[in-house]
Parts: sequence; C-alpha cells; structure tokens
Amino acid sequence: MRDSLSVGVAVGSYGVAFGASSVTAGFSVLQTSLSSLLTFTGGTQFAIAGVIAGGGSALAAVGGGYLLGARNTLYALRLKPMLEVHGWRRALAAMVTIDESTAMALGQSRRPLSKLAFWWTACSVYVFWNLATVLGAVGAQSLGDPKRFGLDAAVPAAFLALVAPRLRSGAIPRKVAVLGALIALILIPLTPPGIPVLASCAALAILTDVRALRGLRGRR
Amino acid sequence: MTAALSSTEGWLVVIASSAGCYALKYAGYAMPQRWFAHPGLRRLIELMPVALLAALIVVEALANGRHYDWNAARLAGLAVGAVAVWRKAPFIVVVVLAAATAAVLRLV
Repeated sequence: MRDSLSVGVAVGSYGVAFGASSVTAGFSVLQTSLSSLLTFTGGTQFAIAGVIAGGGSALAAVGGGYLLGARNTLYALRLKPMLEVHGWRRALAAMVTIDESTAMALGQSRRPLSKLAFWWTACSVYVFWNLATVLGAVGAQSLGDPKRFGLDAAVPAAFLALVAPRLRSGAIPRKVAVLGALIALILIPLTPPGIPVLASCAALAILTDVRALRGLRGRR
Repeated sequence: MTAALSSTEGWLVVIASSAGCYALKYAGYAMPQRWFAHPGLRRLIELMPVALLAALIVVEALANGRHYDWNAARLAGLAVGAVAVWRKAPFIVVVVLAAATAAVLRLV
C-alpha cells in the first residue's frame, strides 16, 4: 500500500508536465483536465499534446494516441486472469488499466496481493495524476508565453525521459528509435505536420514483418 | 511550435481519444485471448511507443510546421535534458533543467 501511494506521488510530477504541455499545445484547462479524468493513460495523453503542439491535425493526434493506447490492451490481457473481474468491476478495472497499476500487480508473488496492488495503485495514481494535471494546466496558463519559460525545450526532454527506460532495455528498441527519429526528420519539410510521427510508426509496422519478429526474443 | 487549435477540434480530440483509449483497455478484458496471441502483434505494440516517442522528440525539437527550426536555446535545453536522462536523473529534474536552460539562454 505504501508502494502504491509512492507510485502515485511520483506520477504527480508527470501530471504537472502533462497539464502544462497540453495547455501550451492549445487545449483549454477544462479539456486538459477532462482528458486526464477520462482518457487516463499518461504516455498517450502526452503524445496527443505533442502532435498538436507540433502543428499536427486532430486526426493525426488521435491516431497517434490510439497507437500508444494499444499497449493497455496487452496489459488488460495479462491482468484478466489475475483480477477475476466481471460486470461493473470489470468496467472500472478497464478504466484504470495503465502502466503503473499493471506493473505493480505483476510485481506481486500471490494473487490476493496482486489484486490489492492493482486497486491501490490505480486509485492513488488516478487521484495524483488528475490533481497534478490541473496544477500544471493552470500554472502554464498563468505563465503566459511558454517559450519564455523554456517549455518548448522541456517537452522534447520529457519525451526523452519517457522513452529512456525502453532504450536501455535492448538493441532493438534503440534501432527502432533511431529509425523513427530519422524518418520524422526527413519527412518534416515534405509532409503536413503530424504525418512524420505517424509515418515512423507505420514504417515500424511494415518493416517488422512476421518472420523477423518470430526470431526476436521478447524483452520480458 | 505553432499551436493553432480551435475549441471544437480540441473537444473532438478529447472525446475521440478518451472513448477510443477506453475501448482499447476494455478490449483486453472482453476479447478472447487468442485474438492477441500473435507474437508479432504483441512485439509491434510493445515497440510502437519507442518509434512514436523518438519521432515526437525530433518534431518537437526541430520542426515549426513544415520547416526546420534550429532554435539554439531550445536545442541547448534539450541537450542538457538529455545529459540528465543519461545520468538517470528523476523525470522532474530532467524537465526543469531543460526548461531552465532554454529560459536562461533567452534572457542573455
């Protein structure tokens, strides 16, 4: 339980950063807060704000968001036999199936502990993430010009911090990152904003064909 | 970094993303396990954030619409942030260092 609370507090700092970057991208404080209340999956929300801030269309932003949100489907698959939830409890569990709650549940040795860890982490992250979002959004709005406070440098740095653990996990994620970055770099002047980011993802889908994938050993 | 988002567009993004992301979460509980059994599909979903975030870093750092925008203060801020990431600094330290570097460079 104490671990769950500390995860929630740690997530708070990301929440402030998200709130600030979302308002900087052009969303209102209300839209930003509702996004945290309803979408509730941090990396995805960051990506959506990022695409919009880069001048991408609404469609490109939502598309990018779905691509990132798909990892929660995999989390749900792994949690399903562990949580044994049905009906409204399942609907609620789905809402809070995210990186942190999944990691905490999978980290426990016994099933009752997994359930406990999942629900405590979910509640704690939900509360702190949403409070922090409002804080960041209101803060950024009252600051005025985001460039004066270097927020335009903070956003890519935040993305780098988000992707860093995956880059440390092996050579394949590193190759994927370099490839994704190169494709985006080349496409910036050639395509409308938002497309370079989606094209990087599409290229990954095309390049990693089934045979190549079967030969790779999983990260976890 | 030109932000031109209408209120309607903003709402559409918020509604579409929250509905879709909830559906993606719920699908994992509701769909049969074998639909997602393909190792290639799993691998792809796991690697997708890496490609997406890497591309976003480049776009956020270097693009202004369809033009390259080599802003020295922003790039310096990102570089300092990158060093902090490399030194395994906490998230908030990375963000604050990057912002502060860019802000201070713009003052001088």
